[in-house]
Amino acid sequence: MLSASHGALLGAVFNLNHPAHTVDWEFIHLSVANVVVIVLMVVVFALAILLPFPGAARRAQARKAAAGAVGVGGTAAKGGGPTIRTDGGPQ
Amino acid sequence: MSAVPSPDPTVPPSRSWTVRLRERGVTALPPEKLLPDGQPTYVASWIYVFGVASIASLIVIIGSGTILALKGPAWWHYTGVGHFFNSIHLWSVELFFFVMVIHLWGKYWMAAWRGGRGRVWVTGAITFLVAVPCALTGYVSQQNFDSQWISTQAKDAMNATGIGSFFNVTNFGQMYSYHILLLPVAVVALVIAHVLLIRRHGVVPPITLSQRIGSSTASTAPSGDGGPGEQSTSTQATS
Repeated sequence: MLSASHGALLGAVFNLNHPAHTVDWEFIHLSVANVVVIVLMVVVFALAILLPFPGAARRAQARKAAAGAVGVGGTAAKGGGPTIRTDGGPQ
Repeated sequence: MSAVPSPDPTVPPSRSWTVRLRERGVTALPPEKLLPDGQPTYVASWIYVFGVASIASLIVIIGSGTILALKGPAWWHYTGVGHFFNSIHLWSVELFFFVMVIHLWGKYWMAAWRGGRGRVWVTGAITFLVAVPCALTGYVSQQNFDSQWISTQAKDAMNATGIGSFFNVTNFGQMYSYHILLLPVAVVALVIAHVLLIRRHGVVPPITLSQRIGSSTASTAPSGDGGPGEQSTSTQATS
């Protein structure tokens, strides 16, 4: 449980002893806290599309090498094209 | 591809419902599809992470909620460990909705219902809709001034829609039952159905990849069905 001093410190950082701040536009009525969360979701969504996935460059090189070995557009693996191994094996 | 051998025409079909159920299950979802050891290369993107992040946060929600249900309101209000688990439960719910909404946006903009995946999309959308009252019943089950405020505000909305007498948000016993049994069971069942359908139909490919397959192999592979032709083309699309 938080001690009184810890509680006072957190209270100084996050002063909640007031009505919520809101954003009002026509019929839209949102608390600032909810607006912050929505903006964060949009930012994370954009980053998820834009940021490269770890290992993407290494996998792309491996695919190019495999394509060179069997011909462009060929299938390098039995039963279909290249896949990402999920069992920890070589990519 | 199916793991079920061709039926022997000399052997009469079994009349046992367990055999028929098993054969239908294995035909619909053979083991290599149920528990695959690989995924198409286009899955190597951050936007495909948010579905499993939703499931991870749901597991934390169920685990922390089980402990809260076992210990009761006095424990989560008046002890340090109870406060901790109460906070874990709250913030895992916040994270669940955060990542589930991003998952929903991602799947909406890539039209994830393509290639016969309509039921995958519908089960996901219904899961989101059922999760909202699941969270609401949790907020009104806290047993504090916050829950009193939320329940009296929500009561007006429920009465206005006409369901206030069936779904009484000021009735703690009813809300608690909804929150710890009925709605979680519905959410978990829907998530299981959602994941099994994804296993059956495969992860939806990017739209550009489906279009490329449709123009190059229109006579052999249906667009966006996760078939072999689609996977082989993913080499070109992602390199």
